[in-house]
Amino acid sequence: MEEKRPIIIISIIILIGIVLLTKLFMIQVADDSFLKRAERNAVQRLVDHPYRGLVYDRNERILVYNNPVFDLMLIPKEFTVQDTAKFCELFQIDKEELVLKYEAAKAYSWVKPSPLIKQISTKDFARIQDYLIDYPGLLVLTRSVRSYPQPRAANVLGYIGEINARQLDRDTLEYYRQGDYIGLSGLESAYEDILRGTKGAKYKLVNVRGIDKGAFKNGEYDTASIAGRNITSTLDLELQEYGENLMAGKRGSVVAIEPKTGEILSFISAPFYDPNLLAGANFSKNFGLLNNDPDLPLFNRPIMATYPPGSIFKVVQSLVGLQEGILTPNTTFSCNRSLVKCHNHPNPVNLFGAIKYSCNPYYHQAYRSILNQNLSTNTYKDTELGLTKWRDAVMKFGLGGPLGVDMNNEKGGSIPSKQLYDRVYGEGRWKYSNIYSLSIGQGEMMVTPLQMANLAAIFANKGYFYTPHLIKAVDGDSTKIPIEYQTKREVGIDAHHFDLVQDAMAEALYGTAARAIIKDITIAGKTGTAQNPHGEDHSVFVAFAPKEDPKIAIAVYVENAGWGGRAAASTASLMIEKYLRGHVTRPALEDYVIKGLFIY
Amino acid sequence: MRKDDLYINKIDWVTILIYALLVIIGWINIYAAVYDEQVAKSIFDFSINSGKQLVWIGTAVVLITLIMVADYRLFDNLSWVLYGFFILILLLTPFLGKEINGQRAWFEIGAFRLQPAEFAKFATALALAKYMERPSVDLTNLEFQLRTVAIVLLPVALIMLQPDTGTAMVYSAFFIMLYREGMPQRYYVLGLSVVTISLLALAIENNLYLVGGIIVLTVILILLGKKDWKRIVTLSGLALLVIAYSYSLDYVVSKLPPHQQNRIMVLFNPDIDPLGVGWNVTQSKIAIGSGGFFGKGYLEGTQTKFDFVPEQHTDFIFCTLGEEFGWMGSLVVVFLFVSLLIRLVFLAERQKTRFARVYGYCVISLILFHFMINIAMTIGLFPVVGIPLPFFSYGGSSLWSFTILLFIFIKLDSHRIQLLGRMG
Repeated sequence: MEEKRPIIIISIIILIGIVLLTKLFMIQVADDSFLKRAERNAVQRLVDHPYRGLVYDRNERILVYNNPVFDLMLIPKEFTVQDTAKFCELFQIDKEELVLKYEAAKAYSWVKPSPLIKQISTKDFARIQDYLIDYPGLLVLTRSVRSYPQPRAANVLGYIGEINARQLDRDTLEYYRQGDYIGLSGLESAYEDILRGTKGAKYKLVNVRGIDKGAFKNGEYDTASIAGRNITSTLDLELQEYGENLMAGKRGSVVAIEPKTGEILSFISAPFYDPNLLAGANFSKNFGLLNNDPDLPLFNRPIMATYPPGSIFKVVQSLVGLQEGILTPNTTFSCNRSLVKCHNHPNPVNLFGAIKYSCNPYYHQAYRSILNQNLSTNTYKDTELGLTKWRDAVMKFGLGGPLGVDMNNEKGGSIPSKQLYDRVYGEGRWKYSNIYSLSIGQGEMMVTPLQMANLAAIFANKGYFYTPHLIKAVDGDSTKIPIEYQTKREVGIDAHHFDLVQDAMAEALYGTAARAIIKDITIAGKTGTAQNPHGEDHSVFVAFAPKEDPKIAIAVYVENAGWGGRAAASTASLMIEKYLRGHVTRPALEDYVIKGLFIY
Repeated sequence: MRKDDLYINKIDWVTILIYALLVIIGWINIYAAVYDEQVAKSIFDFSINSGKQLVWIGTAVVLITLIMVADYRLFDNLSWVLYGFFILILLLTPFLGKEINGQRAWFEIGAFRLQPAEFAKFATALALAKYMERPSVDLTNLEFQLRTVAIVLLPVALIMLQPDTGTAMVYSAFFIMLYREGMPQRYYVLGLSVVTISLLALAIENNLYLVGGIIVLTVILILLGKKDWKRIVTLSGLALLVIAYSYSLDYVVSKLPPHQQNRIMVLFNPDIDPLGVGWNVTQSKIAIGSGGFFGKGYLEGTQTKFDFVPEQHTDFIFCTLGEEFGWMGSLVVVFLFVSLLIRLVFLAERQKTRFARVYGYCVISLILFHFMINIAMTIGLFPVVGIPLPFFSYGGSSLWSFTILLFIFIKLDSHRIQLLGRMG
């Protein structure tokens, strides 16, 4: 029996060897997950953040730049302070806060740096720089925050902030990581891809305590960061500043466009805020304050507020009528106030007079002719056909849907369709008498201030427009801007129809907006009043100038300021003079606008 | 003079060659485990562990020389003295030892630390050999079984006082030698059954499956054999006993402190606590597993030298080998150990005296046990117990004790003819 036992022992030894080698083969050769886990352990990816692109105005004045700030970091293992009071005074930190931060740093890591004071300005840093050497365990990290030399155009420029979970989910290319900064609104968001540049990465080896152990594979996989590209905005900083001063203390919008290009010269959403508030250390606090402000400074009025277009829409009605041959310059209707109320003016009027005097009954009757062209013997059916055709024509003016400006959250307003009225009244159960409010730009019709400014550009251009936009060039190259902003959009109205309209708008000023008249500059303009069921009506004015060779088209909304001829027309006129002349010759009017209390 | 008469030709050089290879490969891996690229120090630098290990290797060579030139009768004669001496030392260790990690297992002499429990192993082996040399000792007899086991249990009890469970566990290896020397097979069958049932009871979450399995097995055994009542009752009783045991085991485990429960459960599910108890095993498997077939290359490993694996130069030295030399490196080392053990079986079997054979099997038992448990624990096949890889791990106590253990046997083997004459 015992002779067999040495053999059994040898068998067991061999069996143990085989079992160990088999298991080793399973984890070393057959399973490569351990290799990945080893790399996750020891290879740390350090991101090299690129320099974000700058933003200039159309005259190369800087709007946004990067300001270096300093984060003071603390390494608990090395940190010692003899005189805590002196330290706290020097670094302007409470003793309790210091203790709190120190404990937090210790909880995070004994040897890795944790933030002590974040985003110290260059000025403060200069003060403490020399003392840093006295305190071991302090480390300075340099970062940059967005900075705005002129606190203007906040809603256009937008802001950047930490990427949120939803955006991370949408980032299918997996460029972003938790904690990365991303443009959240305005140009920062629209041109994120251009401004952000490309992150670089350094791969380094770390030990179990996270201590640097040199480059991974001698830096074979390291990449350098590529700085973001600069963009030139279409904004005219000087005009923007001037406009913001005029709009200070009011609620409303000003949008000025260069008609020949669609470039937005000025884009004001009042009340506005200092964009520096949303850059740097106090982002969260300030964002909370702005977000809860009852005047809604973060609400981007020119593209997010919608109003009924009012009288200004009569110009569009005239053009559609002319193009379809329903109206001619000689078409005359009486000012029949039993149809819709009006104000005193000569009676009857032809088309020119109708625009000039903004005659409501004229458009009540003219619009009926446009809609009911007797294409069907059934009145209901006929109105339906007319509305659909009319709607198609009106939509070409950039109404009824977002224009496609380079800012997020643009609203499109609305132009009512057959489907809408079918829902309201039932199919085949509505006709002209139900919808006549549309004739004078009231009823179920909404536009944004940007769409209104674009209408002015269309009137100025005699029938075409470029989608309004805020980008003029990328790295100084104007051909690099998105192709849709270089594409002319026709509105389907023959150019000669605009002559009468332009003349009437120029004439109208003398009747309805005498304050807007500028010596030696011919303005073509139209007042409007956006009805406000909640209070005083909003004052609206659209215009372009000079009439002979339009350089600027503008829409001004002043909320709750009543009739458009006052606040809105004055503001528009001052903006036009400022832009065309570079200075304003009417200090009294300026005073009237700035001091005017238009909020009731 | 005939060639055979030269003493040098009586020494088993095969064993010595394998020993030397293991020591050198171990030393190279110790350097890799502590190597730091940023302060690249030479393998001979005495400020790092590879340099210190070189000192241990050098002194081990001195020990080998002393053993080889000593009188071969010395070990035979001194067996009981050495055993007594180390029992005394072990008695003192819990009082005089330096406390490290809650254990008093080490003596500190100047800059060096020695672990008496390591040296007690070869003394115990000598004592066992000396005792079993008596012709009357018959391991089929209960009295002699108990006496033999008592020789083993005395140092174990003392080591448990330190307490050093890992090293104490090593003494169970002597049962391999006892098996060769005629310990009845039923003890081993019983022991293996208990271990298997315990593992199954712990690994299978729902004990009902285990109960079902046992019942099915019992029924099959009953049907296959003779169908007499006595046998059926015995088998059924046995099955009930096993079922009761597996339930009581779960109960006992549930009464253990949580960290000990985890140490057992981590074997079946290493993800239980990857940052706590599971950390060692997880990181050790990552290090070895990331080596691939050929390894990352010498000094190119990241897991061991960046301290992801704890104790990477002592108990977890195999990780460095696995990471930098891959499966090929593992193969070479496992092959060397298996060859060494088989060679030692061969040597033990050619001994003319029971003293030398018993001692040889003690050497085999201890090396096999260390080799198996150490590597098995680094790859998650066995719970983590702090025992070194023989000849390989960093440390003087371990290297010295295994060297003394092995070379006493080589010495005895080289005098096997004379030993016989003396006995005769």
